[in-house]
Amino acid sequence: MQTTDAGFDIRIRDALGNERVRGNFRRAMDGLMQRRLDLFPDAEAMESLRQHGMRIKASALSHLPELLEELEAKLIANGIRVHWAETPLEANQIVLDIMQSHGATSMIKGKSMVSEEMGLNHFLEQHGIDVLESDLGEFILQLAGEPPSHIVAPAIHKDRYQIAELFREKFPDIPYSEDIDELTQSARAILRDRFETAEVGLSGVNFAVAETGTLCLVENEGNGRMSTTVPPVHIAVTGIEKVVEKLEQIPPLLTLLTRSATGQPVTTYFNMISSPRKPGEKDGPEEVHLVLLDNGRSGIYSDPELLATLRCIRCGACMNHCPVYTRIGGHAYGTVYPGPIGIIFEPQKGGLDKYGALTTASSLCGACGEVCPVRIPIPSLINRLRYEANHSNGVTPGSGSKHKNSEALLWKAWSLLYRNPLLYRMMTKAATRLRMLAPGKAGPWTRYRTAPKPAARSLHDLARTHGVDNE
Amino acid sequence: MSNARQKILARLRDAPRPDVTSIGKGAVESPVWDLDERIRRFTDRMTAVRAEVVETSPDTWMQALQAVCQRAGARNLLYSAASPFGEAISRQPPVAHPVTTGLESHKWKTTLFHEIDAALTTTLGGIAETGTLMLWPDMQEPRMMSLVPPVHIAILEAGKLFNTFSEAVAAMQWQDGMPTNALLISGPSKSADIEQTLAYGVHGPKELVVLLIRD
Repeated sequence: MQTTDAGFDIRIRDALGNERVRGNFRRAMDGLMQRRLDLFPDAEAMESLRQHGMRIKASALSHLPELLEELEAKLIANGIRVHWAETPLEANQIVLDIMQSHGATSMIKGKSMVSEEMGLNHFLEQHGIDVLESDLGEFILQLAGEPPSHIVAPAIHKDRYQIAELFREKFPDIPYSEDIDELTQSARAILRDRFETAEVGLSGVNFAVAETGTLCLVENEGNGRMSTTVPPVHIAVTGIEKVVEKLEQIPPLLTLLTRSATGQPVTTYFNMISSPRKPGEKDGPEEVHLVLLDNGRSGIYSDPELLATLRCIRCGACMNHCPVYTRIGGHAYGTVYPGPIGIIFEPQKGGLDKYGALTTASSLCGACGEVCPVRIPIPSLINRLRYEANHSNGVTPGSGSKHKNSEALLWKAWSLLYRNPLLYRMMTKAATRLRMLAPGKAGPWTRYRTAPKPAARSLHDLARTHGVDNE
Repeated sequence: MSNARQKILARLRDAPRPDVTSIGKGAVESPVWDLDERIRRFTDRMTAVRAEVVETSPDTWMQALQAVCQRAGARNLLYSAASPFGEAISRQPPVAHPVTTGLESHKWKTTLFHEIDAALTTTLGGIAETGTLMLWPDMQEPRMMSLVPPVHIAILEAGKLFNTFSEAVAAMQWQDGMPTNALLISGPSKSADIEQTLAYGVHGPKELVVLLIRD
């Protein structure tokens, strides 16, 4: 799969042509939207809670360097080791070094989007480490050799029949079943031994609390708890933007996250880890590590408007409500983070030259901004990035890379025409008189549409003749 | 990678300090219910995710526990002998093979993964709004008890049922000393990763039974 702008058109065309996958997304997104709505029955209370969440995250960002230092100091005091990485490669190397220092060759993973961002599985496998995803959706995708298509429900593009087929191919000894409960129980049975024997467990982090040095994980399956409880070593990986100031801020963020993501009042498990196993304790990892990854975030941080991108709590509501995402699905984006959050985050992280075309994958309908639990103004940021893609004075890497002289000239001419009454009148006259000469074909636009033709008389002209009815 | 640390922090410090003064205050609803209503809400939420809530009393909880073990087909029960509940269980075991958490450390993981049918834990309290148990596992009741065995039985004293998570954190001042692991548990393990359809008993317990003890 091409992961840059180059193949975006092709991936979109392929995705739109795949009715099965489109149906899977449509059904899932409709369900997720309804479930979210059911849990926010009172619009006023919802807005107030969103405002609260926005303020918590924004104020945490307003003293991010201090909070990161406080978090680090608290974690170290609690016995958790802290590592910093500027790039995915550095983060991967840190994880590998930890594993090698234990002579470990097997890892069990809870769901982590930052580990996807790092390309961790691929990296570790190249170094002879056996990596196993344990979240049901991620497990299915690892079998299929595919990346996630949604940040919360990674295998949402597959239906039960495709998953049954995959299980038949990979586990011929297990009786074939298309029953969701039976498929789930098969995965449970397969993964149980691996939880027991894995040498290292890896997880992401939903919130990191500076005040207490606590890593919070949100999940339903219990695989996250398994990965962070059973193996002797636990490594957590997270972006530097996940830190919040106080423990008392966690309950409202948790509520916003679970309701927005899957329409649940709370998930089955909320797992708060503050230290490795203490003397006398019978279980839990003896070593806990946290890897703090930057990967472009500190660059995003430097702009007062784009900074809002870092408030994201990764609920996925923006993609659930996006008409473009619902139709093309997560894989068409070709990036780790798809949907509206992806089209603002990925170009800032990886450069507008490589990912700038993503910003065109929006109708600016505004749904993403309206549902975002921390009120990230996604549509405004899309506009900002579209502007930067065309102007080299932007702050985002790759600014100006989408600039085309022909397009710029066209807009200059348009602007001149609309500022000069004489030119404007001459142009409308010419357009109405010579309307038969208007081209019948206008590139991809007319592939499925009729080309527009200027009217015989301009609106001004008609108004002059008929007058204007002000009533 | 202290080099990375310095560079990241330097970039963050060099950035203009974000201004948050213009961001208005929001609010979180903080409902207050009486005990009956808290119990009703807790029970509704728990049963909605297929957990079982058994209302019982200080005099009858033992019979309730026995019935739960029997119904679940548990041949054994893992429990801590240290709590008052544990002492009662030691005196009058509700199953044929009671196992205490005092078992030797090196046998802990294997026993949990291969032998235990059901584990009983106490709880720090509950949350009515979301139907949630709060657990602070410790030496007596370690973390795997509420995770690895197929059946988790939890004792919740009705007086420890809070309205919301926020209220519980504030009342117990969690920020003053977090344990190794604090847990919120709201039902048996589940997943909706296949077709957004709920399936229960994924990696954690397949059954969660709450013995709600009310005076």
